[in-house]
Amino acid sequence: MADVAIPRAKPQMSEDNAWTRLKHNRNWLGFWFMVPAMAFLIFFLAYPLGLGIWLSFTDTRIGRVGHFVATENYEWLWDDSIFWLSVFNTLLYTFVASALKFAIGLYLALLLNENMPFKAMLRAMVLIPFIVPTVLSALAFWWIFDSQFSIISWSLKHLGLINQNINFLGDTTWARICVIFANIWRGVPFVAITLLAGLQTVSPSLYEAATLDGATRWQNFRFITYPLLTPIIAVVMTFSVLFTFTDFQLIWAMTRGGPVNATHLMATLSYQRAIIAGQLGEGAAISSAMIPFLLAAIMVSWFGLQRRKWQQGENND
Amino acid sequence: MTDLPASKVDLKAVLSTSARVDNSEGMSYLQSVPRRLVTLYLPLTIIVVVLLFPFYWMALTSVKPDDQLLDLDRFNPFWTWNPTFKHFHKLLFESYYPHWLWNTMYVAICATILSIIASVLAAYAIVRLRYKGANLVGGLIFLAYLVPPSILFIPLATVVFQYGLFDSPLALILTYPTILIPFSTWLLMGYFKTIPFELEECALIDGASRWQILIKIVLPLAIPGLISAFIFCFTLCWNEFIYALTFLQSTSNKTVPVAIVNEFVDGDIYRWGSLMAGALAGSLPLVILYAFFVEHYVSAMTGAVKE
Repeated sequence: MADVAIPRAKPQMSEDNAWTRLKHNRNWLGFWFMVPAMAFLIFFLAYPLGLGIWLSFTDTRIGRVGHFVATENYEWLWDDSIFWLSVFNTLLYTFVASALKFAIGLYLALLLNENMPFKAMLRAMVLIPFIVPTVLSALAFWWIFDSQFSIISWSLKHLGLINQNINFLGDTTWARICVIFANIWRGVPFVAITLLAGLQTVSPSLYEAATLDGATRWQNFRFITYPLLTPIIAVVMTFSVLFTFTDFQLIWAMTRGGPVNATHLMATLSYQRAIIAGQLGEGAAISSAMIPFLLAAIMVSWFGLQRRKWQQGENND
Repeated sequence: MTDLPASKVDLKAVLSTSARVDNSEGMSYLQSVPRRLVTLYLPLTIIVVVLLFPFYWMALTSVKPDDQLLDLDRFNPFWTWNPTFKHFHKLLFESYYPHWLWNTMYVAICATILSIIASVLAAYAIVRLRYKGANLVGGLIFLAYLVPPSILFIPLATVVFQYGLFDSPLALILTYPTILIPFSTWLLMGYFKTIPFELEECALIDGASRWQILIKIVLPLAIPGLISAFIFCFTLCWNEFIYALTFLQSTSNKTVPVAIVNEFVDGDIYRWGSLMAGALAGSLPLVILYAFFVEHYVSAMTGAVKE
């Protein structure tokens, strides 16, 4: 044993030297390793982000270089009722869809966490809506919500609940309900599977101890599951809110903002103004107007997370 | 050395779908069978049916003959006894569909490979080289993940135009990595952290360069992570819509999601069959990929969130 240990001891001493020798060029090495990623992120993310804010202060159109017009675009938007309608729609869409995604996702995660046959297969099937490209499933919803040949209208009629077809995507209220439903349908698997991963880290002995002490199922959930899940809930919901708020493809495939702009979100409105109508400056102003909302959403969940950590007496790591 | 990757896979399996069979059984005996039927199986069945129904409907519509599609009174709409492949035939031989499928695949694979290379280098540098400011750069990359494409597409359109990339697949290959790099860098950082430091130290002593360490030691050990990052990036590329819609113009250059929305939606009342066939054919490659790599998908999703 001893003669095995001796040759190992020697390199360990020089190992420190190897590390210290590398230290002075480590920063440069790090720099070269970072070049490809940074090049992409600077040229195609940071620069366009700044350029977008600059564009929103100009009157650029497609094919024409713009001039600085100060806040004219924003003043114009301030008086634009369609813009305010899109803000309202976006907030409604984000709030309702995120709240329901959270509720249903958490419920589904709790159900999937139970012990039952075919568990792995069920979990795999639940995630399929998340895998399929959003636009393609939105087209399926478009067909399901068709005004004449909707399978839902047909079923309800045959059950005797309604007399004539529901004009799902032609009526303002129904159209909003339909796009929100499609968004929830698409988002629930993500929320459920990530929360499920969080649930599996909760030790079952906690539930056993609580049950012995006479806790009900609700108390188990409220005082064990929920507090332990809070950090992961905060992260998942930040992402969920962020992606719902900036949603584009679902709306574009299902309604293109119609009927009468009832489902126009800020993202779809900015696409319509900037690319279809050619008013790049105005479109950029609309998308820049999303930034404060996004920052607010990130802040809320970030500080929610911090507060929870502080309550649990953990270090911020 | 050889059992290291195996043990990592195990850990992930526990973490994701296969669950802890040993202790999740714990208290379920407290519930009677009828109670479990109502509180567990019934709601679960409803949710799963709702989640999967659109795919059933998509598949059914794509094989239904035209007359059955629109005649809901004479035929039961939930089933068809004479399926037809007419819609798929039309898709494959009378439209640009194979072209679009190829474009999507080409763009997704190129963008994914570029992003993975950039992310491997960046993640390794942040986790193991720990150069000055590495933590700050890690935080900035995470922030980049939070910047959504729908506020970037307008300025990016002007950038793409300036560089003369408009209407070329290269525009997408170069812009998709901005979505993929932040995600895969964070995922790979998590993987690299789990690889024991000592292995690298030994290699350093034996005179290996950083590059050799990365290629010969770190990457082979991080293969599960690389697979996760690869297939997840691939899925994100396939799913991307707004950049492809903005930067591409000519019909033959489009990707599947954009092409189906723009080219198939005409006034034709019988379009539904081919529309659904197109949607199904566009989803199948991803679903097949998913079926083979379920564990990796789940670990990619949860891994990026947990960091």
